Amino acid sequence: MNEQNRTTVERKGTRELLVTRLFDAPPSMVYQAWSQPELFQRWWMPRSASGISLLSCDMDVRTGGKYRLEFGTGGSDSMAFYGKYLEVVPNERIVWTNDEGEEGAITTVTFEDQGGKTLLRFHEIYPSAAALEEALQGSAATLPEQLAQLDQLLAGIGD
Amino acid sequence: MVQCLAPPLDLSFAALADATRRGIVERLGRGDASITSLADQFQMTLTGMKKHVQVLERAGLVVTRKIGRVRKCALGKCDLSAEAEWIESCRKLFEARFDALDAIIDEMKQERRDE
Repeated sequence: MNEQNRTTVERKGTRELLVTRLFDAPPSMVYQAWSQPELFQRWWMPRSASGISLLSCDMDVRTGGKYRLEFGTGGSDSMAFYGKYLEVVPNERIVWTNDEGEEGAITTVTFEDQGGKTLLRFHEIYPSAAALEEALQGSAATLPEQLAQLDQLLAGIGD
Repeated sequence: MVQCLAPPLDLSFAALADATRRGIVERLGRGDASITSLADQFQMTLTGMKKHVQVLERAGLVVTRKIGRVRKCALGKCDLSAEAEWIESCRKLFEARFDALDAIIDEMKQERRDE
């Protein structure tokens, strides 16, 4: 893997999280893969991640539009994530709410042109430090299996 | 205490699967204590308490040090490691996502070339 294309995750202060990654394509292309549901659902939840698969993916990517993603583990359980788009500027930024919990984050993803490449920033701001803590713990609960499967996935991709 | 549950470490989960050990961690959250006083509070033998503390110590949830003839117990720095663990697992998830996104972008490039 190209070293400069590494994904970085940083915690900013007590209630913000920032993920960055450089893509070898112009912003218009990365934006397209993010905003078209048929493309988005092919990468957002990589197939081998914890056996979770995307059951449905409705996205109306425009300011004021809504989204709803449903995940399942193959059994009868399913989990829905939903919210609305607060701001959509094609090829530049998408801002959305995460309404499935009481204290959901506001997520902003920006696509910055860097000489034909795209610097992607995925930024989450939680309403309180406690809400970020809770999100960390909630995610951590299912992580041991996910990690094992992600390792496999990454090993496969690294060839 | 709650933060200690966050690290996806088998040792931590196993250590905290026991109600007495969860009680010990909660008690140490309010202040350090000697093994003798913990044994008194939880109404068990010194040997029994030592075993529980050892399990917690191996999981990094508790640290102990000997002062004279007394062994003092305190909470370990599990909250920091929990955060580092979480950040790393979050990074791995996004890395997997973005590698998959790379593959899709490659396809899109190929399609544009073919047009």
